[in-house]
Amino acid sequence: MKSDFLKGIRDGIPICLGYLSVSFGFGILAVSLGLSILSAVGISLTNLTSAGQVAGVGIIAAGGSLVEMVLTQLVINIRYSLMGISLSQKLDGSFNTMHRMLASFGITDEIFAVAVSQKSVSPYYMYGLTVISALGWVSGTFLGAAAGNILPASVSGAMGIVLYGMFLAIIIPPAKKEKGVLAAVLIAAVLSTVFEYVFKSVSGGFAIIICSVLAAAFCAVFFPVPDEKEDET
Amino acid sequence: MSIIIYIAVMAGVTYLIRMIPFTLFRKKIKSPFFRGFLYYIPYAVLSAMTIPAIFYSTGNTATSLIGTVVAVVLAYFKLPLIVVALAASAAAFIFGLFI
Repeated sequence: MKSDFLKGIRDGIPICLGYLSVSFGFGILAVSLGLSILSAVGISLTNLTSAGQVAGVGIIAAGGSLVEMVLTQLVINIRYSLMGISLSQKLDGSFNTMHRMLASFGITDEIFAVAVSQKSVSPYYMYGLTVISALGWVSGTFLGAAAGNILPASVSGAMGIVLYGMFLAIIIPPAKKEKGVLAAVLIAAVLSTVFEYVFKSVSGGFAIIICSVLAAAFCAVFFPVPDEKEDET
Repeated sequence: MSIIIYIAVMAGVTYLIRMIPFTLFRKKIKSPFFRGFLYYIPYAVLSAMTIPAIFYSTGNTATSLIGTVVAVVLAYFKLPLIVVALAASAAAFIFGLFI
């Protein structure tokens, strides 16, 4: 139990360091959109997700509706449902309902990737991974939000690209390997650009939903995924 | 609207998305369409969020463009996420010093 927790901490250190620098960018972004440091940290502490938070603070800043917020989070974060299903196959016997409800909070792309590569996963291993990763995510957000006001504009401006750089690093390698992913990426990018410049009245959150649902549905039909593929995200 | 409500809704939805399937689901999804849809949706979402927003991300189109090019090239060669992310930012910063 204790050793599982410590192993989780150890395995999570690279995630922690990665999160620290990426969430620094989120902190700067949130403050630049007019959120307080406390709000930015509160969002990171309760959400623990990059893309959903970036879209979320965009909606908050634009004064979007709660319906838009719910739908946007649903579409952006629905991948966690699939990861949860996948990971649930690897849980050991001590994973009762209570542990499942607690540990599910820590399902992120990176934590999932580390956990699912284990032979079996115990609750305390998940807690170790989650605690160390969240520590990086929340403290990075705080530092970014606090420094965003102090740093010269040239630095905080340049940090604004960090999260998008990470997103590109997630989508480009699989797009290189698989036609279906490449199609999904290109279709979504083209549609999103069309929304930005042509259908300007559609708010950002809804535009992301429409673009990604259309692109993913198209690819699901024309580039069917083989059986085991659903575990990799 | 109070920001607390936004954050609560955001966090609540995100948690339920994680918690419900992880806690209740014990079988595999059979529908090929739904499986494919769920497989492609993260890539489509990230792409739609990144393009064209990345071109405005630094507040300057020229430095954003340089950062984007660096990120695309490094990502193409499969460098770690954090390297790609920070190199894009560093490139934008350094280029910004000269314009």
